[in-house]
Amino acid sequence: MAGLIPASLSAEEGPALAGVDAPAPLAVSRARSVPPALEAWRRFRKHRLAVVSVVVLLLLIGAILVGPALWAVPIDDIDFGAKLQGPTAAHPFGTDDLGQDLLARLLYGGRISLAVGVAAMLVAVFAGLLVGAVSGMASGPVDAALMWLTDLFLSLPQLPLLLLVIYLFRDALSRALGLEGGVFVLIVLVIGGLRWMPVARLVRAQFFSLREKEFVEAARGLGASRLRLVVHHILPNALGPVIVAGTIEVANAIIAESTLSFLGLGFPPDTPTWGRILFDAKDYLDIAPHWALFPGAAIFLAVLSINFIGDGLRDALDARRVV
Amino acid sequence: MSGAHLLRRLLLAIPSVLGISIVLYGVLALAPGDPLGELVSNPNVPASVQAAMRASLGLNDPIWLRYVHWLFAMLRGDWGFSFVSRIDVDRLILQRLPVTIVVIGASQILAILIALPVGVLAAARPYSVFDQVANTIAFIGFSLPTFFTGLLLILVFSIQLNWLPFVYRADLNSTGLAWWGEEIRQSIMPVAVLGLFQGASLVRFVRASVLDVIKLDYVTTARSKGIGARRVMLRHVVRNALIPVVTLVALQMPVVFGGAIITEQIFRVPGIGSLLITSILSNDTPVVMGVTFVFAALVILFNLIADILYGWLDPRIAFR
Amino acid sequence: MDHRDLTGLIERVKRGRLSRRGFIRQLAAVGLSAPLANQILALSGVAMAQPSPSYAYKPTKAGGGGTLKLLWWQGPTLLNPHFAVGTKDQDGSRLFYEPLAAWDSQANLQPILAAELPTLENGGLAGDGKSVVWKLKQGVKWHDGKPFTADDVVFNWAYARDPATAAVTAGSYNTITAEKLDDHTVRLTSETPRPFWAEAFVSATGMIIPKHLFENYTGAKSREAPTNLAPVGTGPYLFKEFRPGDIVSGVINPNYHKPNRPYFDAVEMKGGGDAASAARAVLQTGEYDFAWNMQVEDDVLTKLEASGKGHVRVTDGGSLEQIFLNFTDPNVEVDGERSSLKTKHPSLSDPAVRQALSLLIDKDSVHKYIYGRAGAAVTNVVYNPPRYNSPNTKWEFNIEKANAILDKAGWKPGPDGIRAKDGKTLSYLYQTSTNQPRQKTQQIVKQACKKAGINLEIKSVVSSVFFSSDVANPDTYPHFYADLEMYTTGPNQPDPSIWLQLFLGSEAAQKDNKWQGRNITRWQNDEFDRIYHQQESELDPVKRTALLIKLNDLVINNFVSIPVVTRPNVAAVKDGMVCELSGFDSYIWDLADWYMTT
Repeated sequence: MAGLIPASLSAEEGPALAGVDAPAPLAVSRARSVPPALEAWRRFRKHRLAVVSVVVLLLLIGAILVGPALWAVPIDDIDFGAKLQGPTAAHPFGTDDLGQDLLARLLYGGRISLAVGVAAMLVAVFAGLLVGAVSGMASGPVDAALMWLTDLFLSLPQLPLLLLVIYLFRDALSRALGLEGGVFVLIVLVIGGLRWMPVARLVRAQFFSLREKEFVEAARGLGASRLRLVVHHILPNALGPVIVAGTIEVANAIIAESTLSFLGLGFPPDTPTWGRILFDAKDYLDIAPHWALFPGAAIFLAVLSINFIGDGLRDALDARRVV
Repeated sequence: MSGAHLLRRLLLAIPSVLGISIVLYGVLALAPGDPLGELVSNPNVPASVQAAMRASLGLNDPIWLRYVHWLFAMLRGDWGFSFVSRIDVDRLILQRLPVTIVVIGASQILAILIALPVGVLAAARPYSVFDQVANTIAFIGFSLPTFFTGLLLILVFSIQLNWLPFVYRADLNSTGLAWWGEEIRQSIMPVAVLGLFQGASLVRFVRASVLDVIKLDYVTTARSKGIGARRVMLRHVVRNALIPVVTLVALQMPVVFGGAIITEQIFRVPGIGSLLITSILSNDTPVVMGVTFVFAALVILFNLIADILYGWLDPRIAFR
Repeated sequence: MDHRDLTGLIERVKRGRLSRRGFIRQLAAVGLSAPLANQILALSGVAMAQPSPSYAYKPTKAGGGGTLKLLWWQGPTLLNPHFAVGTKDQDGSRLFYEPLAAWDSQANLQPILAAELPTLENGGLAGDGKSVVWKLKQGVKWHDGKPFTADDVVFNWAYARDPATAAVTAGSYNTITAEKLDDHTVRLTSETPRPFWAEAFVSATGMIIPKHLFENYTGAKSREAPTNLAPVGTGPYLFKEFRPGDIVSGVINPNYHKPNRPYFDAVEMKGGGDAASAARAVLQTGEYDFAWNMQVEDDVLTKLEASGKGHVRVTDGGSLEQIFLNFTDPNVEVDGERSSLKTKHPSLSDPAVRQALSLLIDKDSVHKYIYGRAGAAVTNVVYNPPRYNSPNTKWEFNIEKANAILDKAGWKPGPDGIRAKDGKTLSYLYQTSTNQPRQKTQQIVKQACKKAGINLEIKSVVSSVFFSSDVANPDTYPHFYADLEMYTTGPNQPDPSIWLQLFLGSEAAQKDNKWQGRNITRWQNDEFDRIYHQQESELDPVKRTALLIKLNDLVINNFVSIPVVTRPNVAAVKDGMVCELSGFDSYIWDLADWYMTT
């Protein structure tokens, strides 16, 4: 009988970590009147790694958008004569075990992987921020109810839940949004929807601590509204862990996307996303290391640059930074 | 947090657990699949035999009735029996528990022990060489999935160097010191893989929350009062920065019971994670329900503990 | 040589006018192998040559071989053979329990707990095909010292067929009656003739459990038997420890009924993990002696074998990877079900389209680049044992020919290159279970079809859903809510008769029978059904073989199923290990005879 898939979404993928993206703090900064955008940009520029990361990320995005047009090798051209080849002039990144060109596959799959990674991270972070902030400010029964929901989501076994979701919603969604679009929305919602809980708990804990701090008391004393307290005084100081969670979530979402396609929930199995290529390559790690090296490096680079940009943005937006 | 308040929180946890158990049972019962999986395509097992087996497992009852049966049996301490192994669920779980606690527990402790100091040090001197190295390792740690790092370690340490075994055995024959030697040798790789993954993200979190606290006004105030940097760091910064860390560790602790599916699979660690995944794939509902139910109870318990610790770390936090 | 010539030859052997050797030589002249000739003789009631394993057992005393370490990447989850859900459970039980007889590597029957095999000559088989008499080996003892007798055999029959027990093996025992003739003789009778009699008490489903330990735990109480978890059998190893899904271990049985056996002092079967790393543990590091079911790309296996620690062993069974074509319309819902028998597939009902598809499966590439030794290109749905492999069929991979056939049938390429006729396009959903080699095969087929103007959309369903009988889920293989579907199936005993129900009209899987019918393509063919029922009562083995071959030919020539590659048993074996594997029985059917040369 067929072997069952070894991969699955697992508990070990950590406190399903999620985080914030670049635009969120930006929105905060616009709401704040004191530091002008120019001032933020000046500070961002001083964060050299962040600037380098912007360049790297733009290059990556450029490559996956324009690349397939420039490197017009079909992604699914099977050529057994050229299978498992290391990098050559004809195949700069080598080939996989069907002799398919890895560069073309990585460029093509990158669109999906990056889009899913970033979008799922946004969903997880926004849901987590919302639940955490409301819970952290409200206390009492609202807090208890929201934490019950968080605990419930943390306890649900993901695999049966995913199978249930596929069974209930896949056909309906693909009818409503078209096959590709429906799958994309479903994947993003599923990954994001299963990973907002740590963000919520982190944000809530930060809120508990921050809302009693002197500077918040002071603002409250001056008659600041609740919303103003949250947006201007508490949230900016709670963002550090959220940004970390966000970058970790990008990596997780890219890998999780490939896991979903094993369950028949993701894109069709012949879609070469980064996580999928990495998984396919694992048994060939000692025979054809290049096969795993390139997708691994692509994920690493994307995560790294998104993280430094996050760091840079936080520094740029925070006037009080002392170090 | 007062005693009365604590009691109230504990009492409130009971309906929470019950509510979660209803949802869990519903999801498991409705999820597609069938405990008789492999039999279905076996030409020698007629449909009538399958029907008899289904009936004997009670699969023909409505879901709510099955839930009520399960709940009342559970209240009496009867966890039900596995459809697949026909063994009592608590016995199956207990067989797997020691290994899970040892391997996952060790990796968690390792992750915390390394991540806390490294994170604090990295934040104390942001963008120093130490910080950069720690960050890069951390990024590699969580960019690469465990199925990949696990395989990499096997290739290097078991196959190239032939130092470590890559099949974990829960039934080592030796005794005494030799047993400890073998146990440690076979645990190194799974613990390292999990520890790296957990530790990598924890380092980043610790670093970020320490940085967050450092910049707050009262730390600046403390510094300006002339309190030593080391004292400021330990007294004011770390204590406050521990709040997110406590949150994360509390989120992670139930996994010590729940197991780590992929790592257990790679190294053949007979933990609860591998029990859970095989049970899920064969739709062995009683086992899945048993494991996830305990897991849910632990999630609630540890999050409660986290709430209590917040109050201890920062006495101004009041739960109204 | 047709069956009349063959019958004539067999008659001459029977009358002593032709020697066995001469018969085998004559058959060899027309391309039939010696084991095959032996089988034909055996089935025709001529005494079988003394069964001998393909190797001689060398050790001169039991024990001394250390621990035999087996790696099963799906570990056994229970140890009562009557409840064994999968082969992993049957294998775990097989360490301790034994059947009366087992199938060897050549699909020949070998006695285990039987003193001899029943034949027409020794009176074991009745002329009307309705009864079989088994003589049991004397002096066999259960692990607790109690003697093994006919009572045990009869008890297993009663135990398994009791609906309250809900035994998996019930199918083998439902239609027969077992009775004790004396302490070491049992007669099995059935109401209808059974040309293939070697099912009850044979091979993986035939393992025998002791009456004295199970008699108080039958029917609804069967789950409570303590011996469900701690087997007491007749096999070469005594039970030591069992952790479901993780490990089963045993120690040498000093009173084993075969002399000088077993060679190993202890045995352990470790479960968990995946096939690729199991292969590494045997072939690359030598940590284990034997690993089962190597579903690993052949490239990887070959590379691992180069380490010089072990090798890969391939043994043909009856399974094959095949692509089934849906004869009903999966896109139209009638009375609450898709793929209803009341519908007809809009394009696959055209034989030309089916034929074109059969020309677009590049079996050689699938064999060479994906399965390697673990899957040879195959023409027939029934190919093993070789006597049932039809010589009348052939296959080819030919894109031009497929194009020509489609052109001729009026399927014209549209602007997007996809062929269409009368508003019906050749665009199909092609589903299978999630499994890397299957997804690669899908890609190879998809590419060839594209060149012939057929568009395939690939879909994979997680195995635990695909291979389930979940009535409510449309993604299971019996629902077949797709146009093409690929998975591995085939006769799991050396007789294809039961398995061929897969193509029987009355077996169509549909809502009425909760999709438990075997016929998932819902192909309806009167000729097939008629011949099928004819072979059920045909006792002349040669005529019956001809009928079974005819059934295969109907399936192939109507393109109901397109065979892709064989799926033999593949094991990783440490160098020096002597063992004989079976394609129709457990990997460890002859565990007692395994030994290690130095």
